[in-house]
Amino acid sequence: MRENYNDIATALNIEKIRNDFPLLKTTVYGKQLVYLDNAATTQKPTAVLDALDNYYKTYNSNVHRGVHALSQQATEAYEEARKKVARFINAKYSHEVIFTRGTTESINLVASSFGKKFLHKGDSILISAMEHHSNIVPWQMICEEKDASLKVIAMDNKGILQMDDFEQKLTDDVKLVAVTYVSNTLGTVNPVRDIIKQAHAKNIPVLLDVAQAIQHMPLDVQELDVDFIAFSGHKIYGPTGIGVLYGKEEWLNKLPPYQGGGDMIKTVTFEKTVYNDLPYKFEAGTPDMSGAIGLGAAVDYVESIGRKNIELAEGELLAYALDALAAIPDLRFIGESPERSGAISFLIGDLHPFDTGEILDKQGIAVRTGHHCTQPVVDFFRIPGTVRASFAFYNTKAEIDALVKGLEKARLMLG
Amino acid sequence: MSIKELQDEIIEEFAFFTDWMEKYEYIIQLGKELPLIEEQYKREENLIKGCQSKVWLHPEYSDGKIFFTADSDAVITKGLVSLMIKVLSGHTPKEIADAEIYFIDEIGLKSHLSQTRSNGLLSMLKQMKLYAVAFQAGSLQK
Repeated sequence: MRENYNDIATALNIEKIRNDFPLLKTTVYGKQLVYLDNAATTQKPTAVLDALDNYYKTYNSNVHRGVHALSQQATEAYEEARKKVARFINAKYSHEVIFTRGTTESINLVASSFGKKFLHKGDSILISAMEHHSNIVPWQMICEEKDASLKVIAMDNKGILQMDDFEQKLTDDVKLVAVTYVSNTLGTVNPVRDIIKQAHAKNIPVLLDVAQAIQHMPLDVQELDVDFIAFSGHKIYGPTGIGVLYGKEEWLNKLPPYQGGGDMIKTVTFEKTVYNDLPYKFEAGTPDMSGAIGLGAAVDYVESIGRKNIELAEGELLAYALDALAAIPDLRFIGESPERSGAISFLIGDLHPFDTGEILDKQGIAVRTGHHCTQPVVDFFRIPGTVRASFAFYNTKAEIDALVKGLEKARLMLG
Repeated sequence: MSIKELQDEIIEEFAFFTDWMEKYEYIIQLGKELPLIEEQYKREENLIKGCQSKVWLHPEYSDGKIFFTADSDAVITKGLVSLMIKVLSGHTPKEIADAEIYFIDEIGLKSHLSQTRSNGLLSMLKQMKLYAVAFQAGSLQK
């Protein structure tokens, strides 16, 4: 397996790729940074930084409303970014791509707009036991408002969804299923095709939180036949503050607007406002133009490397890391699904994850500790949190070795 | 010793450490050594919730002074908690309420008192001062 890794690393030329990411050269406490917190946010390639720089230096202007040349240039670039994202996820139409602030806002949009129209007393929304707070709380809020209930698909102690429980809970009162494609805490890749198929057999739409999937594997919304997906730009090498909601045209047309304001209207009088067409109906106010353009550049960059290559390289990195970590005495993995991607959560003996994380930090190794915005998951495992190392294709075998060495030191100091 | 003198003493002690490991090993040792609180006081109402680690804090008032005991589930936090107790425990409510805590910053553990870590130490300091103010005002039973 380790030999394999080297083959792919060579094919991808990781050293060359690392040069595309200026921040990876940073030192902390005088030590070379080992950045293993990619599930929280990814670093940005020069191509993205240049796109942002170029936007502000040469054509910054408000979109969709200007008569002048710069405004037209900005509008074209903004709409081109939408087309890039649409091609990236293989949406049927680019107007099925709505720019938002991130995954959280995308899910809030659907929860609010879908809930307003389609959720009634006694109905329910079905989520899973491993959701991020951003795919729990918006549903709780709308369920409370509508006197509906939130149902949860159970998982087992390996962090695998119980599909028999899903089938049992997929009853007629369920109006929408909202699950994560990849768990940000456990790394579990969920059987989303099966979930979508079963839900659709009962005419129930499905929203996938793909915040931890889109950067790791090819994703085709038409092939998945998914109704909504939500993700954040900053987790796929793009800027912060920009995100995407994809929705099938028929669904987006059925949903009422989320927020009111400029851009989302056709005509406004004090008596009646006529809403704009897709995608503008859901983009009230001046959008994050630079963010969208930066995301477009990020998508181009990812495409230039190739998502299949990324999936292969990261898969090998993950396998290498799992092997290497398993050799640390007293280390136990939290989340042991054979189908996994992105993140590895673990604990060493009874060491508090916060202590472990701090000793790693002092060695220049950036991981995340805590509940990772999935409190129900850490409650389920009855632990104070986890140490989470999460990977991107620019990570190396040497960095994983550094993590292992760092953990050995933490174990000695804290144990 | 005054709160200021106690802080200066800790800062002086930490000045001897030449690298981060020695410093952390010392803090970890402090965290492991001290039985900081009686089990009966490790209950919900004494729990100060940080985002990452928990801290329990219990005040006792005697002879015009407040005596604190505390604990944490994270050992580095616990080490710092013990330093905080060393500095603040056994002083009058007014001294505690008025105290300016600078030693955490000076020994290079500033991040533990910043919002970003939200690890309970900052909340603990606030709670100690709240107790001091409450004892001072007589709103807590002495």
